[in-house]
Amino acid sequence: MRVGSLAALLVGAAALTGCSAGSLGGSGASGGKAITFLSPNDDAAVASAKALIAAFEKANKGVTVKLEQRPGGSDGDNLIKTRLSTGDMDNVFVYNNGSLLSALKPATNLTPLDDQPWADHIDKLFADSSTVDGKLYGGPVGTAFGGGVLYNIPIYKKLHLQIPKTWDQFMQNSAAIKKAGIVPVEQTYGETWTSQLFVLGDYHNVQAQVPDFAKQYTAGKAKYANTPAAEAGFQHMQEVKDAGYFNKDFASATLNDGVKAVATGEAAQYPQLGGSAAGIDTVAPGKSKDVGFFALPGEDAASNGMTVWPGTSALYIPKSTEGDKLSLAKKFIAFAATQKGCDAYIKGTPPQGPFLSTACKLPADVSQVAKDTQAYFKSGKATPALEFLSPIKGPALEQITVQVGTGQVSAQEGAALYDEDVKKQAQQLGLPGWS
Amino acid sequence: MASNLSTAETTGIASTPPTPKNRTKRHKGPYPYWFYLVPGLIYGVFFVVPTFSSFYYSFTRWDLFTSTWIGLDNYQQFFAEQALVIGLRNTLIYAVMTSGLKVVLGMALAVLLTSKIIARGYLRSVVFFPVLVSVIGVGLTFTVLMNPEKGLINNALGAVGVAGPGWLTNPHLAIYSVALVDVWKGVGLATVIYIAGLVSIPHDYYEAARVDGASSWDMFRHITLPLAKPATASVITLSLIGGLRSFDLIWSMTKGGPGFASDVIASVIYKQYQAGFFGLSTAGSVVLFVLVTVIVVPLTWWLNRGETT
Repeated sequence: MRVGSLAALLVGAAALTGCSAGSLGGSGASGGKAITFLSPNDDAAVASAKALIAAFEKANKGVTVKLEQRPGGSDGDNLIKTRLSTGDMDNVFVYNNGSLLSALKPATNLTPLDDQPWADHIDKLFADSSTVDGKLYGGPVGTAFGGGVLYNIPIYKKLHLQIPKTWDQFMQNSAAIKKAGIVPVEQTYGETWTSQLFVLGDYHNVQAQVPDFAKQYTAGKAKYANTPAAEAGFQHMQEVKDAGYFNKDFASATLNDGVKAVATGEAAQYPQLGGSAAGIDTVAPGKSKDVGFFALPGEDAASNGMTVWPGTSALYIPKSTEGDKLSLAKKFIAFAATQKGCDAYIKGTPPQGPFLSTACKLPADVSQVAKDTQAYFKSGKATPALEFLSPIKGPALEQITVQVGTGQVSAQEGAALYDEDVKKQAQQLGLPGWS
Repeated sequence: MASNLSTAETTGIASTPPTPKNRTKRHKGPYPYWFYLVPGLIYGVFFVVPTFSSFYYSFTRWDLFTSTWIGLDNYQQFFAEQALVIGLRNTLIYAVMTSGLKVVLGMALAVLLTSKIIARGYLRSVVFFPVLVSVIGVGLTFTVLMNPEKGLINNALGAVGVAGPGWLTNPHLAIYSVALVDVWKGVGLATVIYIAGLVSIPHDYYEAARVDGASSWDMFRHITLPLAKPATASVITLSLIGGLRSFDLIWSMTKGGPGFASDVIASVIYKQYQAGFFGLSTAGSVVLFVLVTVIVVPLTWWLNRGETT
């Protein structure tokens, strides 16, 4: 009941803002020389957006780009969907590509960008995950990153450990680390999303064994619980937990605690997104050279490779941007894909992987994590995470992986629970084969 | 709007001269019926329509602009959910525990604070103070205090040689920890209601009992307790409804975690709404509405049954 009235209010409020902001835009005080740009409001994103805007305004005299901010997460999703539906969106905005992009109904809401000059200078994985029904909608911004294991290089050197290529090697390394009195695997359930890496970061290994998993999974035929290769992520998590490899404060530690632990050598390995390494210098100054990155290993050393996020986000132009503003918006996105745009962007967000625009090159002094990630990209041993290959991602995965990590359910039960969660998402999207 | 209202009022009074004869003939209340029009309209638009449309939407799979009729599927799915079974149990534990403790502690504090003690006014303010603080603020503060490794509570326990538990990180304990914080925050209101109830008990009863040689316990048991029954009824009803619908404190402290261990129905609904399962969460809201009604209506009737006679 409460939710029902909330939704009604939301629609009402959206309609109201739709009117007022629309009429403001219509007055067009500064003509076609000004556009607005909507960015997420976390510190790194805002810093990057500001640097990008400053560089763009410097290169194009007399043009202004006004920065607007929005919350991240589900609140941001709702805001964007509502503003798109009411025709009240900023001229350019940042949003996820991959599974979340299709939920924006790009064919009705977004301007296709296939004809843009930069369209053939972008990372292929990024292009795939920013394309819906054969049309490219997203412009490249920032860098890609991987999902794998952040590790402490001095510990690995001291104990003479090799980067593990199989899961068994990973467990052997962990045993040796534990023997040396160091925490082998850091977990941080104080921020639940960090618990998903064992599952999400394992997708390269799933696809290596079951090449058409994404397709079968989207069609409702392959499940986590009935595909051993997919269930392995849950199993690995339970194995590490049962072996007693977690840090003592795993249930309450936060992402910053975890990054700090692996940077200072309190813990040796931390399954995490490579992008999180951007925070090392803040929580453990001077330690960013001590942290490296490797892929979560699977069964077979020959198929070892990394699950990657080809950009968490891209730049989009809504259909509501027209005329002079449209051409300026296109110019802005094109600028972001140039070396100047890329350089400006990484002033705010230190790169943890290769640029999505292939016209850009990383500076020489990037972090070890960025170098390690780029090596996987260069050798072609990179697979996009499942959320880039299938429109369905269950929203409760983070709670389920916490359940497995805290021993409330077994790996197998966890996988089965996640299949149920996914089913709801597929039904809400109205996918065939799920009713 | 405001000027419209005031003209409406004046014309209203003018058109119905307040002669007693006229009033009794047309209706019993002091105001003409159409005075209820504006509040009725507001109530209808913001309460009745959303309530009934949510009954409809709970049978559909909808987003902001389209809906598909799917019959009872949402309810079926909602009741098949693992989180819901935990949530239903937790909701009942939470509601019964918080309302029970508020009755006992509120009564005890009220007895204390109506007796002749030093700094009574100050102590009354101290007890009531947590009620005034924002729920989210309380939640975040206690999350820090209850941190198993760095929190003040476990550090204090550690200083006297007790290894404190993971208040919010132990799946078996989390919901009780939150409930205790809820009691800390809400007991002030229960106390105030009880104080009001206790001071309205005539002193003659106590004097008569004392003459008859009754002990303090006898007086509490046979005078205070029965005569404070209306206050008890209010406290139970208010805290039980509050407990059944509780969401903000749980969300700010555990977000229903670890895993689903401290989920209540309201947090399950919220998560489904957040995930975009609008139909499912609407069905959940209807379930919560029915649950609250089924528990609270008979309870209120039972608690108040002696009152009018």
